[in-house]
Amino acid sequence: MLLGPSLVVSALLFVIGTAGVLLRRNAIVIFMCVELMLNAVNLTFVAVAQQVGVAGQIFVFFVMAVAAAEAAVGLAIVLAVYRHKETVDLLHINLLKG
Amino acid sequence: MSWIAAHPLETTYWAFAGFAVISAMLCITRRSPVASALWLIQTLFCLAVLYTLLDAPFIGVLQVLVYAGAIMVLFLFVIMLLNLGRPGAGDLKGLVGAGIATLLGVALLLQLKGLAQAAPPADIVLPPGTLAAAQRQQGAVGAVAGPLFDTYLVPFEITSLLLLAAIVGAVVLAKRKL
Repeated sequence: MLLGPSLVVSALLFVIGTAGVLLRRNAIVIFMCVELMLNAVNLTFVAVAQQVGVAGQIFVFFVMAVAAAEAAVGLAIVLAVYRHKETVDLLHINLLKG
Repeated sequence: MSWIAAHPLETTYWAFAGFAVISAMLCITRRSPVASALWLIQTLFCLAVLYTLLDAPFIGVLQVLVYAGAIMVLFLFVIMLLNLGRPGAGDLKGLVGAGIATLLGVALLLQLKGLAQAAPPADIVLPPGTLAAAQRQQGAVGAVAGPLFDTYLVPFEITSLLLLAAIVGAVVLAKRKL
């Protein structure tokens, strides 16, 4: 039974993803870090599914579908912003600062 | 050495888990977005191995096909389209950002470490090997597909609606003139 180790690895990956989101300024790299966090959660789902039943694996399936939709729309937004601002550096994308 | 020989499953698990964590670290620290994307693909492959070891071979295959295949190719395509392949000046935030990130990261890790001690309630835990036995009986795909098209049919159909919305949204956002 690898539930405990899986939860530890999942926590580590999630924290690395969070640190990436907080540390980087490149919008595309931040997107990749979000994908990393989604994958960390998927690992938890699969590890728990091994003990509780196949429902966890089905949830991973839904998470993957949501991640695919999120990546498509998010990258389209990045493209639209790049056309407007000529950069994907979040330092220069600060419309909400007023 | 004898522990490794006696626990081939655990040894493989820890090797790939370590590789996944190291690749993830490299992914968030590389300066070039392309290098970041390639290290993320490496992490996703390692996770696919972990899924397979955790009695989820179908999810492992999906991970390689959908994540490492489709989604990461989309990322690489956008990097290529925006011509961001060259590593520019470092894009790490300043010391304040790094400090906040470290603080939040450590706090989150401590919380999640606490959660890692938890286990599902004893009365819903299946006997060990139930999932593997079901896969031997129904096949790796059948064990997941059965409940997916039976119990979870409505969420599955809603997923198709979500993907349709994503397609329309991506086209509307990315097109210059409709």
